[in-house]
Amino acid sequence: MHLRELQLHNFKNYEEATFTFSPGINGIVGKNGAGKTNLLDAVYYLCMTKSAFQNTDQANWRFGETFFTIEGTIEHGDVPVHLHLSFSRERGKVLKLNKKAYTKVSEHVGKFPCVLITPNDSDLAREGSELRRRFFDTILCQLNKVYLEQLMRYNRLLQQRNSLLKQIAERRQDVSMLEIYNEQLASPAHFIAEERAKFTEKFLSVFLENYRFISCSNEVVSLTYQSALNETLSFVSLMQQNQSKDLALQYTSQGIHRDDFIFEINGNPLKKFASQGQQKSYTIALRLAQFEILTQQTGIKPLLLLDDIFDKLDDERITQLMLLMSGGRFGQVFITDARPERTEKLFYNDGIPIHMIRI
Amino acid sequence: MNYPSKLVEDAVAEISKLPGIGKKTALRLALHLLKQEEKYSTQLAEAIVKLRTQTTYCQSCHHISESAFCHICSDNRRDRSIICVVEESPDILAIENTGQYTGLYHVLGGIISPIEGIGPADLHIESLVSRIATGEVKEIILAISATMEGDTTAFYLSKRLKNYEVKITTLARGLPVGSELEYTDEVTLGRSILARTTYEI
Ligand SMILES: [Zn+2]
Repeated sequence: MHLRELQLHNFKNYEEATFTFSPGINGIVGKNGAGKTNLLDAVYYLCMTKSAFQNTDQANWRFGETFFTIEGTIEHGDVPVHLHLSFSRERGKVLKLNKKAYTKVSEHVGKFPCVLITPNDSDLAREGSELRRRFFDTILCQLNKVYLEQLMRYNRLLQQRNSLLKQIAERRQDVSMLEIYNEQLASPAHFIAEERAKFTEKFLSVFLENYRFISCSNEVVSLTYQSALNETLSFVSLMQQNQSKDLALQYTSQGIHRDDFIFEINGNPLKKFASQGQQKSYTIALRLAQFEILTQQTGIKPLLLLDDIFDKLDDERITQLMLLMSGGRFGQVFITDARPERTEKLFYNDGIPIHMIRI
Repeated sequence: MNYPSKLVEDAVAEISKLPGIGKKTALRLALHLLKQEEKYSTQLAEAIVKLRTQTTYCQSCHHISESAFCHICSDNRRDRSIICVVEESPDILAIENTGQYTGLYHVLGGIISPIEGIGPADLHIESLVSRIATGEVKEIILAISATMEGDTTAFYLSKRLKNYEVKITTLARGLPVGSELEYTDEVTLGRSILARTTYEI
């Protein structure tokens, strides 16, 4: 699978732009602020139906505009697939595959997998549990439609439960209604927790292998899933235990929306005890494992988007990544760099053909 | 906007209160009325006044009615052992148009959604329970939207009614007639496979 052509209209800093890509390595070079990362984000958008960096669709309109479009042609199988994604104030988000609009945009997720590696990835180790949950949820949603549906269901029911808690405090609804939501939330909650646990196990071995490779070390790293739910505690009992606390806080204080994934190195939390280099190895290994798992499960090599990695990684890790690159591990790759001569030299030295795009 | 007269302005102000009608459309409608015969306007006004003052809601099922009991509840040929529960009156019209149903109805007046401030007490649920408590009803069909809020409402009703001897059913959810399998969303398709039926020639 590869993206052959991309057309942008009013997307971020692009008024009108057309790009053609090679099926192999594409180097996207230009000054800082020229829009290299925005171009990667457009590719990400087309695969994932949302930005990797912005929480709202509106935030991607070019300044002063009220719509954008991203169009792309993907070579996959016998016939090229044409994708047309638009977001406007009047019509919201519309995604068409070969001119046919999806009824639900979320159905597209997973058809054309992609993996993005960015300098922000270090937040995975440093920041709160939300980013780690999102990392695993993004992979699971690409692999399993039922997971995506159950997660959306859980989140919607959770919103309803939180509204209910506020209204109970205002004496506008009866406390007995909580039971209805507890029971309705239980089935998606248990499903999600089980899938996360199963997936973490499968992910772990692939991750450890990639960590060893990228760090060139034998450090003991681990990755474990931590959930409030387990064999002895059901979701309904958890909600019952927390009921008075939830009523006081007016939101749902525990549940699978607060789960975490624990990253450790040599038995200590990665966040506190790892060097910068170890943290980088850990997060890159997470991304490489994501790439490998998606490849295994979908049979398609995801598009690989590498944002500014040469600037942020040390030579040893760059060498290891280049080894993977020349070994043909990846399919189509997009790499941004503010220094074209550096990228060109690296690939030239390793004898890997690269298609340079200057913006 | 400058109106030719105070009377036109008043009419525009009233008409534009209707949903989906702005000042411009309201003015066009007002001017249209002026061009027609006087009778045209008086008949319209009468119809509106009658609609508002003489229509009421059925005391039994809460459907729109001209008398204490609607034409369906008052019809002796209808099967009184079965009640189809719907969200709003237009749903009754849709089901009636199928010509496939001969039982009674019950209009809830909405669905449970705390986000919109709607709880069970805001809906016609207690009156449904008292209808069932008479013991005359053998089956309840939950004809409620296949949304999350619809599911919650159906779940709430099934719990609320569990102590009564009444069979609770819901509408089958499956492929739309004339649809192509390839273009059916995965959730619908998955549900249709799970709830598959025996093939009958
Ligand atoms: Zn009636």
